[in-house]
Amino acid sequence: MTDTIKHSLMFAAVALLILLEGLTDWSFFSGSWNSSLVILNMGLISAIMALGVNLQWGFAGLFNVGVMGFTALGGLAVVLTATPPTPGAWSAGGPGIVMAMVMGALTVVAAVTVTRFLPRGGLRALLILLILAVGFVIYRALFDPSVEAIEAINPALEGNIGGLGWPVILSWPVGGLLAAGAAWLIGKTALGLRSDYLAIATLGIAEIVIAVLKNEDWLSRGVKNVVGLPRPVPFEVDLQNDPAYVEWFAGFGLDPVLGSTLYVKLGYAFLFTLVLLILLWMAQMALKSPWGRMMRAIRDNEVAARAMGKNVTKRHLQIFVLGSAICGIAGAMMTTLDGQLTPGTYNPLRFTFLIWVMVIVGGSGNNFGAVLGGFLIWFLWIKVEPMSLELITLLTSGLGENSGLRAHLMENAAHMRLFTMGLILLLVLRFSPRGLIPEK
Amino acid sequence: MDFLNAIVALTNFVMIPAVAYGSQLALGALGVTLIYSILRFSNFAHGDTMAFGTMITILVTWAFQSWGIGFGPLPTALLALPFGIMATMALMLVTDRTVYRFYRAQKAKPVVFVMVSLGVMFMMNGLVRFIIGPGDQRFTDGERFIIKARAFKEMTGLSEGLAIKTTQGITVVTAIVVVALLFWFLNKTRTGKSMRAYSDNEDLALLSGINPERVVMYTWLIVATLATIAGVLYGLDKSFKPFTYFQLLLPIFAAAIVGGLGSPQGAIAGGFIIAFSEVTITYAWKKVLGYLMPENMGPDGLVQLLSTDYKFAVSFAILIIVLLFKPTGLFKGKSV
Repeated sequence: MTDTIKHSLMFAAVALLILLEGLTDWSFFSGSWNSSLVILNMGLISAIMALGVNLQWGFAGLFNVGVMGFTALGGLAVVLTATPPTPGAWSAGGPGIVMAMVMGALTVVAAVTVTRFLPRGGLRALLILLILAVGFVIYRALFDPSVEAIEAINPALEGNIGGLGWPVILSWPVGGLLAAGAAWLIGKTALGLRSDYLAIATLGIAEIVIAVLKNEDWLSRGVKNVVGLPRPVPFEVDLQNDPAYVEWFAGFGLDPVLGSTLYVKLGYAFLFTLVLLILLWMAQMALKSPWGRMMRAIRDNEVAARAMGKNVTKRHLQIFVLGSAICGIAGAMMTTLDGQLTPGTYNPLRFTFLIWVMVIVGGSGNNFGAVLGGFLIWFLWIKVEPMSLELITLLTSGLGENSGLRAHLMENAAHMRLFTMGLILLLVLRFSPRGLIPEK
Repeated sequence: MDFLNAIVALTNFVMIPAVAYGSQLALGALGVTLIYSILRFSNFAHGDTMAFGTMITILVTWAFQSWGIGFGPLPTALLALPFGIMATMALMLVTDRTVYRFYRAQKAKPVVFVMVSLGVMFMMNGLVRFIIGPGDQRFTDGERFIIKARAFKEMTGLSEGLAIKTTQGITVVTAIVVVALLFWFLNKTRTGKSMRAYSDNEDLALLSGINPERVVMYTWLIVATLATIAGVLYGLDKSFKPFTYFQLLLPIFAAAIVGGLGSPQGAIAGGFIIAFSEVTITYAWKKVLGYLMPENMGPDGLVQLLSTDYKFAVSFAILIIVLLFKPTGLFKGKSV
């Protein structure tokens, strides 16, 4: 059996799992096409995220554990581009916030300039401190009143700066750009350093991004969430009220509610598949190009690559920005799918480390592997819960209905998914460290 | 009088919480730094190790409480602590046997170890949530305060009160004792010396007949002890929640790196640097400044530099500054 057939069979097996979810309600399958399509859609998004992480880790050996931050920035991009502008927000606080941002940037630039051009010593340290302190005071003086003004506008529904009112699809590339900008900043500071420093720096930046989203109400409404984001597909209710569609659904033997929900989910699936295919094609081309070979050469032997005149730091920065941009795009797509931005739900275990499990299990360094890992691990992430419930029911069936232990185990079965993911990761790392579809 | 009031307010709201928090971070960072210097990787599972040890301690505490065993004015958790430490030690040894030893034998790259520790982190996190649930648990009992705010006011006649919680006192005392023991162990005993030798130069240590597996075993035992103590102290002082412990990873790493990864002195200094910066930057200075400034000149706002939710940003900013200007940390750690 050639590798191609083997790998195609693996994809077919995962596809079968997702199909079975819709076809049968045997065991842990739910037998609902809606649930199957939900898994498919999130699987597509997960595959894109895994593609981004694979770019960084598989191609270049960069250890980025800040995926959550870039995903969340993508989500923010949806709010900032696609929501209608809040009336009066820009005139109330816009200029003040822009001025404050400019002031903050100027402060940093001034501090960096002083660091560059003055000799080391007490005077320099004092000057930097002074610049930072004065800059901070001016920044807050400009920033605080503008924020108050914006947050005062209709706080029950808006109270944030609002967006540009662009079509929501456009927010996906914008999400990529936003994530790329953040990645550039963090890469500039942390990339020249040791590998685990980059890990810790990215872990930190992700937490900070989430903290900003949670607390800067003027930007993202914080924990009050932004709901009712525009969608690229029609609303279910509109379809149900449209006789043409109802008739069309009836042709398939579907009632309007089921038909419309499936129609909408399929619409998303189509869009996401399109994005995944484009990105996968680009990643494949990049891998095969001289650039991809250079990246892998740098990954395998940095010293040799440097000796050949390659600018390792610059290439690392480049691929770090690209990979993060992909995560940003996926984040924007996910927020679009959810129809709301909920900063309180971002959790590093789910949004960073799970993506890592996908990449490692699928096969780091291989784009198809990352995609396969994305689908497979996402399916398991959803399905481990019912699976462990069944397992526990089976194991404790001798205990009787009123057993306290049984109740406790049943209640906490949901948390088995973290345990299982860790176990899968460890098993793959131990017995098949190159993943399901290894790098060629 | 105002000056005294300002000092008391400062001590009450900044110094005491920061010292307690700093001690907890220092103990955590010591564990990270020890693993880094002996096993040469950044252990992402450290926060969850702390959570595991604390969880066992909490369960034993509950058992003691239900049997009516108490520790007088001190929290019962201190009695349960040895059980937590032993369980964590067992877990660490099992993890090392089943997981890490394989990669050590292969001489895998540090980043592979980090990846493996991610897997361990997931499993421990799942285990803790599975056993005790993801919610908040409080397990402090005994006397709540060493000095109560009102008693202090009556005693001194100042208008500002000073309160010291029992847990804060216990934290500081325990931290001092543990750190003293650790340094005695590392500097005076044979095993401690062989650990330091192994950390300085692996090949030379092997040549002089040091058994690496023994060194690694002792490291895990010490790390388990430090992590459990740090976790229990943090839990007593605040509360226990698995996710919070996972999040402690960031300030703990920041502390270890700021001090210099691999340097125990650095880990302690780093812990206090991070704790003091977090608390001072997120503290609302209105009260203190109000006492210090002349009448009518007191500040209008809260004079809070950053809201408390940005405490991660503080440890992160310090981390970045140190990495940029002194990549080996303040105490000249090692870099692999």
